[in-house]
Amino acid sequence: MNSKIVILGGGVGGTLAANLLVDRVGHAATVTVVDPTGMHAYQPGFLYVALGQANGRWLGRDERNLLDKRVDLVIETAERIDPEKRTVTFASGGSLDYDYLVLATGSRTLPERVPGFVGAGQEFYSLTGAMRLREELRRFKGGRVLIGIAGIPYKCPPAPVEFTLMLEEQLRDRGLRQQSEVTLLSPLNRCFTIESASTLVQPIMEKRGIKLSTFFNVESVDPIKGTVSSIEGDEAAYDLLVLVPPHRGQAVIDASGLGDEGGWVPTDRNTLQHKRYDRIFTIGDATDLPISKSGSTAHFQAPIVASRIVSLIKGIEPKATYEGRVMCFLETGGRRATTLRFDYAHPPVPPRPAMVWHAAKWMFNRLYWHTVPQGRVG
Amino acid sequence: MKEAVMASIVEELHQLDVKGLQCPMPIVKTAKAMKALASGDVIEVIATDPGSVKDFAAWSKATGNDLLESTAVDGVFRFVLRKR
Repeated sequence: MNSKIVILGGGVGGTLAANLLVDRVGHAATVTVVDPTGMHAYQPGFLYVALGQANGRWLGRDERNLLDKRVDLVIETAERIDPEKRTVTFASGGSLDYDYLVLATGSRTLPERVPGFVGAGQEFYSLTGAMRLREELRRFKGGRVLIGIAGIPYKCPPAPVEFTLMLEEQLRDRGLRQQSEVTLLSPLNRCFTIESASTLVQPIMEKRGIKLSTFFNVESVDPIKGTVSSIEGDEAAYDLLVLVPPHRGQAVIDASGLGDEGGWVPTDRNTLQHKRYDRIFTIGDATDLPISKSGSTAHFQAPIVASRIVSLIKGIEPKATYEGRVMCFLETGGRRATTLRFDYAHPPVPPRPAMVWHAAKWMFNRLYWHTVPQGRVG
Repeated sequence: MKEAVMASIVEELHQLDVKGLQCPMPIVKTAKAMKALASGDVIEVIATDPGSVKDFAAWSKATGNDLLESTAVDGVFRFVLRKR
């Protein structure tokens, strides 16, 4: 009898896993992707949209065009998973049974969880937010800019640093730098969680006169006073406030009792299997793994999950394991970037920022649609 | 001696387990937990992130909350902090 593989989420991880699975299982299984919108977003592009360097139109594609023809696509919002009966129920009332379930549901952002954020603060973690910030920046005539983090974990850890460096450059180019003060509010005593990257970036920030406010974990915003407060009890005044909103796992994870207190799925760090239900695998942002929530993480995990499910269906011992591999670029402005490559056992050793990494990032941005979902790059 | 000091305050000792969490989660969780404490309260934090040793020392210095103890046994780090 055919096995049924259901994948929730048509992002990087879900799409790649579906394409790899359908290719390897042959007639032994059916592969179905369930996605609430059917549109695939290239989220790393939001940063460029916010800075007016890219058009929002470039960031979305019809998921159908990225999936192998043999993959079934269902446009529904998964509302509840029953891991005992092995069914997924949709908001519309329909349902699907599965033998293997892949959770590639990603994360959601909840700016409303921070008092005062909505309306007063800007963000670039959604396409709408990025476009709104772009327009706000167009109107900006100089003043105090604060960039802060209002919840951990969050997607793409380098993004706030990248945004800070790129925004400072933009203000210089527009002749607004003199009348502006740019400050990064950091959760730690350094600009970036990964120490080696911090050591590399901090002198660049100092050289450009970007201020660093340490141990400032954003708790609330006072739009009347124009200030932001930290858990540590400090306060800072802004004219333009850009915050990373709090992140959480998707509602379906919470509603099904499959996640932890942050809505993240308890996942084995090597097999990517659910800690309680061995027919459920999780990819990307949705896991509780202590590694970066980024597209590259999902990209490296999808083949592992696909391989393990194929082995299980064929009745052989799964061998592929995930070793924590992550790779990202970090734009430092001036058309330069560095790269962070690491895994569970090896912290990153980033090279000096160079034009070649900026070029590599742009090449990746351009080629993404034709390579990653199809599994053409490893 | 240290045990005696700890025993005397153990009744008010608050605890926070951040094992398995990576930087900067241990600091953020501790900052949140400290917020709910009264001045003078003591909290014990157990972590497994090796980076937390430096981070807790710096955080204590920056925020003025005393780091009473910082020990490591078999990859498990224990910090005792007193709220300012």
